[in-house]
Amino acid sequence: MIKKILIIIFTTLALTLNVNAGSDGNLILKKNEPSEVKDCFERVNRATFAFNQALDGVIFKPVASLYRKLPSPAKTGVSNSLENISHLLTIPNNVLQGDFKQAGVNTGRFIINTTLGVLGIFDVAQYLGLTNYEKEDYGQSLAKAGVGPGCYIVLPVLGPSTVRDTIGSTLNFLGGDPWYNVTINNDTHYFKNSDYYYSKGAAGVDFRAKNYDSIENLENNSLDFYASVKSLYLQDRQQKILNSRKIINTQDDSDWEEINQ
Amino acid sequence: MYSKRILSIVFFYFLILGNTHSIEPDVFVQSTVNRASKVLSENLSKAEKINQLKLIAEETVDINGIGFYTLGSIRKNLNDNQKKKYSELFKEYFLKSFSSRLSEYTNPEINVLSKEVLSENYTIVNSLLKGTSERPEVKIDWRVYTKNPDNPLIRDLIIEGLSLARTQKEEFSSILNSNNNDINALFKTLRKFSNN
Repeated sequence: MIKKILIIIFTTLALTLNVNAGSDGNLILKKNEPSEVKDCFERVNRATFAFNQALDGVIFKPVASLYRKLPSPAKTGVSNSLENISHLLTIPNNVLQGDFKQAGVNTGRFIINTTLGVLGIFDVAQYLGLTNYEKEDYGQSLAKAGVGPGCYIVLPVLGPSTVRDTIGSTLNFLGGDPWYNVTINNDTHYFKNSDYYYSKGAAGVDFRAKNYDSIENLENNSLDFYASVKSLYLQDRQQKILNSRKIINTQDDSDWEEINQ
Repeated sequence: MYSKRILSIVFFYFLILGNTHSIEPDVFVQSTVNRASKVLSENLSKAEKINQLKLIAEETVDINGIGFYTLGSIRKNLNDNQKKKYSELFKEYFLKSFSSRLSEYTNPEINVLSKEVLSENYTIVNSLLKGTSERPEVKIDWRVYTKNPDNPLIRDLIIEGLSLARTQKEEFSSILNSNNNDINALFKTLRKFSNN
């Protein structure tokens, strides 16, 4: 009952605030500017980051290295089915952000890929014109509703986040993630708890494998790897919130103009 | 006499016109990328590749401009000696970091797709790094400084929307913040990286 109330309150707040937030993209840009996000717990964050790096060296990196050796069609299949599951979280967030058209497109993508695409292994929907899939989550919906990121934090195992994004992730476990609901929260007899954990583990390995060289490269050539990862995470979140990969939409050019003077 | 004068005027006119021929930013990026790809696909040792890439970077990248952007607002507090020292150290750091990052790639195929003029000073050139069996295709945008249209220079690489210059700026800022904004701490870190 409490969960239901929480979801209703959150949905109402997000939809109401979205009206105001949508009119001021610059405010969202400014609030989510990476250099403006405070690192309030830097010492703890750096310790957690070191722990995560050690964990990566022992688990994620070796597994990702093996995963990379799989034939391309197998990797694409895994990647596609994980992306298909992520639609379950994206669609409610499309609705919360007032993007009903995209919610419809993503629902179509999910239905087509789950059925014709054999549980999402094949992205059949893209051949039917349903392309341009962008993941959405509760952290992004809160940001669109005008909620600032708060302090930067590094979570054990899960990695970089902000206070807002962590609250957003918590909502997944309070009934906000349909995939969590059908695997762990409710006994549907169709799925096991382990299905959820396997999917999350596979998503981590898939991400690590796709970025294997980039991460190695960054680690070897960074003066402060922690600061680089923090900057990249915050830039990535900023462009996801703004739904734009165009640098002109996500970066204030005044710094560049200033050095010419 | 008169025809000689006309001939001289025509000659100088074409000479001047020829020398002020501007280079389009997208053509400039594609030719730079082709030069780098050629080096990377040649049968050279890693050290030779790095040396050649450094030469290309020195010609086509505004290392000094990136250095001062990366330094952030603290650059206003530096004296001329400190600025000179910083420029030297940054150049060494940048060339080492840039060339060793690139040298890991073998025969990358990058195609320039479009360009977007931001201002008189900047154009963003959009390109795509072709995917391989080990990594997906990657969208790379180039911030080209066009103040001198005859000599455009690269100022930033934006990979999938993530700016390398911005990342480096925040990295430098972190080093300065944890050392009470002491520029010597940054000098020490840059020197250490270059000497390793």
